[in-house]
Order: sequence, then structure tokens, then C-alpha cells
Amino acid sequence: MRIHVLAFAHLRELLHDGAFDLELAPGGTAADAWDELARRHPAIGAMRGSIRLARNGAIVEAGEPLREGDELALLPPAGGG
Amino acid sequence: MFAITRDAIAPGALLAQTSGAGGVVTFFGVVRDYADDGRPVTGLSYEAFEPMALASFESIAAEARERFGTLRVTIVHRVGELDAGDIAVAVLVAAAHRAAAFDACRYCIDELKRRAPIWKKEHYADGRAVWKANASHG
Repeated sequence: MRIHVLAFAHLRELLHDGAFDLELAPGGTAADAWDELARRHPAIGAMRGSIRLARNGAIVEAGEPLREGDELALLPPAGGG
Repeated sequence: MFAITRDAIAPGALLAQTSGAGGVVTFFGVVRDYADDGRPVTGLSYEAFEPMALASFESIAAEARERFGTLRVTIVHRVGELDAGDIAVAVLVAAAHRAAAFDACRYCIDELKRRAPIWKKEHYADGRAVWKANASHG
């Protein structure tokens, strides 16, 4: 299945892209998506514990199952204000 | 009113929209020209995940209304390239009485800094730049 990934700030820079599609095995979770990205981009591995995950605009746990066409946003620690 | 904007924030216009109550408490976050470690800062870049940022502003304002009583809340955050002295964020809270307005304004800016999906990169005079997360103590 294909999902759409959004990445921001430092994470976007490390991935060299802020918006892209990602192919996952059916039944894959948000954690599976992260693991696939970390496999391709080892530099992001150490950030895992600080990244919040949002599926279609709502914060989810890493174990959240994803569906075809979902948007998964990878949110580094907030820096607004 | 809740907004993410690339344009300069105009305090007077926001105040006019938020008035009509006994008291209006305002907070403006302004770009400093020095970092926490004292290094000279030339400017900040802000980016936001806009739909979620706006939803977080609405949630935070709803929580403030629930906790502190009937309030009118305006939250505006700027994105893009900002210079020292520019207003990065504005929170305005109108309420019938000052205590609720002060408490609600503090609540809104603290929660925004804690959880709104907005990020800033600090640019230093030596040409380097670093993404800066907010301290948990605000």
C-alpha cells in the first residue's frame, strides 16, 4: 500500500524532502513507516524518541495501523512561539 | 480568530478584533537578536504544519474558555523568514475580568509552545543555523 509522508524542520532536511509517497506492506503501522525511512536514511534513527506521529491530522501512537492513501506526518519537538 | 500568516503581524488590527470585553491581555513573542547562549542571532525561520497548527490553536482556545470562563481568543503565528524585532506570535484574550484574561493568555501561549506543530531555525551571525525546540519549562 502507498501512504503519503510529511516531514518538517530538521527531519525534513535529513530526508531531503518534506512530502513524498512511501510504499509499505499491507497492514503496516506508523512505526513500520518510520523504520523504513530510518533504513533509507540512517541519520534520522536517533530522532525516533522525539518524533510525534500524526495520521490524517490526528496524533497517533507508533503502533497505529495505516491504510492505503493515509497521510503520515512526522513532527519533531515543537519550536513555535 | 486563528491564523498562520507570512505577513507582518499588526498588533492594532488584532486588538480591534479582540476588544469588546472588560479586559484584553496580549502577548507578543518577538524575535531576539541573541541566542540562549548569548550568540548573536540574525533572524529566525519558522515553518508550520498549517492544518494541524490551526486545529491546535482552536483546541487550546476551547480549553482556555472551559477553564477560565467566557473569553474571546485570537492566536496568530507568523511563518517564513523573520528578522530580530519582528513579532513571531500574537495571543490576545478578551474577558469580562482581568484575572481570567491573564490566566487564559498564559495558558494559550504555554500550550502553543508545548504542542503546536510549528518549528523555528535560529540563524547566527557566523552563518550557521540550528533548529531549536522549545524548552519544556517554556
